[in-house]
Amino acid sequence: MYCVHCGKPSAAGDHLPCRGGRAALEPPRYCAECARRMVVQVTPAGWSARCSRHGELTSAGVPAMTD
Amino acid sequence: MTAAAERTQDANLAGDILAIAREQVLERGVGLAEEQVLAVLRLADDRLDDLLALAHDVRMRWCGPEVEVEGIVSLKTGGCPEDCHFCSQSGRFPTPVRSAWLDIPGLVKAARQTKATGATEFCIVAAVRGPDKRLLSQVRDGVKAIREDGNDIQIACSLGMLTQEQVDELVAMGVHRYNHNLETARSNFANVVTTHSWEERWDTLRMVAEAGMEVCSGGILGMGETEEQRAEFAVQLAELDPHEVPMNFLIPQPGTPYEDHEPIGGREALKIVAAFRLAMPRTMLRFAGGRELTLGDLGAEKGMLGGVNAIIVGNYLTNLGRPAQQDLDMLEGLKMPIKAISDTI
Repeated sequence: MYCVHCGKPSAAGDHLPCRGGRAALEPPRYCAECARRMVVQVTPAGWSARCSRHGELTSAGVPAMTD
Repeated sequence: MTAAAERTQDANLAGDILAIAREQVLERGVGLAEEQVLAVLRLADDRLDDLLALAHDVRMRWCGPEVEVEGIVSLKTGGCPEDCHFCSQSGRFPTPVRSAWLDIPGLVKAARQTKATGATEFCIVAAVRGPDKRLLSQVRDGVKAIREDGNDIQIACSLGMLTQEQVDELVAMGVHRYNHNLETARSNFANVVTTHSWEERWDTLRMVAEAGMEVCSGGILGMGETEEQRAEFAVQLAELDPHEVPMNFLIPQPGTPYEDHEPIGGREALKIVAAFRLAMPRTMLRFAGGRELTLGDLGAEKGMLGGVNAIIVGNYLTNLGRPAQQDLDMLEGLKMPIKAISDTI
């Protein structure tokens, strides 16, 4: 599994910047499954993040598509 | 003059500046000059509450109690050719932001979500140097679709630098306000952006004003500017005389040249907000990005009681904000009415 904020393995390193206040203002940028950079769309009330391989996540917490 | 004598002189000016501002700005509606703004920025922290109270009085006297609520959305994200050092959407920096286009149904939905908060303003933003035909066509189709959805929210745009023809086209679409931030003081601009000039931004804003659109222009605080440059920026904005000034506080973005900048402190941010109000007593001053990180919940309330009279609710372009309802609850708690569309047209 990978960190959605920096794309590095979740188990490696302390990921302190990924847990701070700044990260709380960031939607996920990297796919947790494969660490690909995702195409992210932020809207006034939510966000969606799409990985070309693993589908789309939304702020509602529901995967919109999986392969 | 010795350092001690300079400190004494500063202290004397600081002791007077709020009294001067009360007479000049509150009573007569004349904004502070550059050296006066600087004196405000140099006030000791124990004068902050007095400063905020005066800025609030000025806002109430010259703007009134209403708060304009706005939502914003990114129509075209990332891949920008410019090198604004604060921006995660620049294609020149190794940021995690990928290019994306919002489709028309998505834009209509975003406008609907914004309207549902009670907002009167919806700003469509694109990360570009200036709009090309494809982007303007998307904006035209988007504005039309929002109206066909029965949404009467006022539509603003932020599409970079414009030609006169493009200004005229936006006016014809019914876009009533245009955002183009000067970003920082003229003397600091070349440290922040090298791919275009402060003057090019200024020229777009003059064209927008002359075409009868409302001008929205502000910037980002915390990009390494000095106190003197903050004062310079405030009076340069006052000279522009915009309808609205959005005030952002830097959120250091991973991969940008500013990723390691420390966000400015809450007291400092509040002092800047109040100083800008005293420089521009009649201008709409809007809390925008970064307030969550810099000010937190309590600081945002203090800012609303320290000169601010407009707010972006919900998320920003690439960053998340706090839920819109939280800001609406804050305004209700402060007994600040939300401006209605009927008051703006």
